[in-house]
Amino acid sequence: MDALFATAPFSGFVYPNETVIPWSVLIVVYPYLTGLVAGSFTVGALYHVFGLRQFAPVAKFSILLALCLMVCVPLPLLFHLGHPERAFNAMITPHLTSAFAIFGFAALFYVILLLLENWFVYRDQIVELGKTGWKPMRWWYRLVALGSDDLSAAAMQADHKWIYALAAIGIPAALGLHGYVGFVFGSLKSREWWSSDLMPPIFLFSAMISGTALVIVAYVLTCLARRVEIDLACIRGLAVTLWGFLIFALILEGIEFASLVYRGREGIDTIMTFITGPLIVPFFILQFGIGSLVPLLTLTYIVWSGVDGRRLVVLATTCGVLVMCAVLMMRWNVVIGGQEISKTGKGLLEYRPEIFGREGVLAAGSVLVVPFILLWVATRFVSPWKEDTAA
Amino acid sequence: MVPVRRAGGAAQDESYPSKDYDWDKHRWAYAVDATKCIGCLRCVEACKRENGVALDAHHFRTWVERYVYLEGEEQPRIDSQADPVNIQASGSEATYRFANRYREQKVEKAFFVPKLCNHCTHPACVQVCPVGATYKTHDGVVLIDHQYCIGCQYCVQACPYGARFFNHKKGVSEKCTWCYHRITRGLLPACVEVCPVGARMFSDLNDKDSVVSRFIRENRVQVLRPETGNGPNVFYVGLDKGVI
Repeated sequence: MDALFATAPFSGFVYPNETVIPWSVLIVVYPYLTGLVAGSFTVGALYHVFGLRQFAPVAKFSILLALCLMVCVPLPLLFHLGHPERAFNAMITPHLTSAFAIFGFAALFYVILLLLENWFVYRDQIVELGKTGWKPMRWWYRLVALGSDDLSAAAMQADHKWIYALAAIGIPAALGLHGYVGFVFGSLKSREWWSSDLMPPIFLFSAMISGTALVIVAYVLTCLARRVEIDLACIRGLAVTLWGFLIFALILEGIEFASLVYRGREGIDTIMTFITGPLIVPFFILQFGIGSLVPLLTLTYIVWSGVDGRRLVVLATTCGVLVMCAVLMMRWNVVIGGQEISKTGKGLLEYRPEIFGREGVLAAGSVLVVPFILLWVATRFVSPWKEDTAA
Repeated sequence: MVPVRRAGGAAQDESYPSKDYDWDKHRWAYAVDATKCIGCLRCVEACKRENGVALDAHHFRTWVERYVYLEGEEQPRIDSQADPVNIQASGSEATYRFANRYREQKVEKAFFVPKLCNHCTHPACVQVCPVGATYKTHDGVVLIDHQYCIGCQYCVQACPYGARFFNHKKGVSEKCTWCYHRITRGLLPACVEVCPVGARMFSDLNDKDSVVSRFIRENRVQVLRPETGNGPNVFYVGLDKGVI
């Protein structure tokens, strides 16, 4: 039996069945990926819907990035399921009282929306490449163009309207999708650490910051790789957006944390032991200190000082990396932390992730890498850096 | 027979689990007199063998908690048969006993509390199951369709009593069924059958003279964690403020 499951060491009293942690590091990756989707899509939508012109250099890229991330969102869940071959049961016979029953539909809707949005955004390129691209691949572009090869001004105007409408629908969908992921945790009354009405908005704003941070980092890295100049106005705009979202995210988490401690319901002694013990490094130092406070102060400096040039790029990118790490830590502290506090309220468990197993760190890491491989492949077919002609 | 709706929504024109059993004619309930429990753990071993539960210290359909108030301490010391000290005392993860770990200290009060699935009236596990693989039967038992469970473990998370666990061999969730295969044949659950002191009781509430009906009527019974709103259906006598 020892190869089938790993047991968690514990202190105090825990229910006998709790010594096998149900949700592993894969379930940490799942909300992290959905958050990156929501955040990166929102950056694209800020350009397409709200007309923030400084985001033009990343508008196409962020939409493509969101699609590559979104198609990978089900992966950690499929790896986690005891019977992944039955996964579609949730769509064939959804049990509608379950918060999780709508995941399949929500994810499918969002994938379709992102496919449509990307198709309209890249249609001009697809049509062009179908006519002038590498000959052996022209058939493929013509196939993807779906016979719609009109690139007249009127047609491009129609495309723009579709892009606008889909992005407008996509914003509440993205926010809803991630708020819903927060609800999956917040609605569970069995765990004091999760059971909170603030969980959906907390997940929402953490999604915004992680997605925006990812776009900053990915944009800078791809510019360096392509040896092109980084658009400073775009970086500044993204940094200000990240700064704004980060303030909301921190305030919400602060309120949630304060109310949990202030409420002081049954089991608070154990929770305080957890907070002042195992949580000091992952929460206070990594998530809050290095991952949130340092970027907040740095971004405040960027916003107020008007720093420019290489310095702006370095500072914003550093903040992006730190925020992405902080949100990953936040997912860990919520998903794993919640399970490390026993339902008895009288004991603590210690999750020790396996490295190689189906639910191990390597599997979770691979799931995080796959979207970026997909993105690289996608950019072999279309270019997210070409000037936007549809907008 | 009444048409019965099974998990997944497919209607079948036969009763469940057999033609001879009509689940609309029963309303099962379970009672525990904690003042009688001696912590012998025969119930735990009987359950494991009856239901093929993994013989280890991490998977239990039923378990027994020991509460010990030591002199000068306000909070009870709590352990179960799965505690490493008790496993060490039994010498094996497949057999269970409570170690005499407090013999050097002055014990003011001590008692045992048997635990199991509460087969709630409003079960959180049923609510959260995304495919309807876990469901409430007409006779009041919460069951899991192992042919339909996808193994997401959302139900394991949702149960406030820690009554569910994941069967890694089968890739599905598992828990106490009140020995549904036995009770539908007129037998008692294995844990009730083997209890030497009658601390565990099981019967049909539709029968006003049944043991649990009388137990509820003649005692001031309690349930575990009523604040969850799940409506648990295991009724206790002899609990204490420290029982969780």
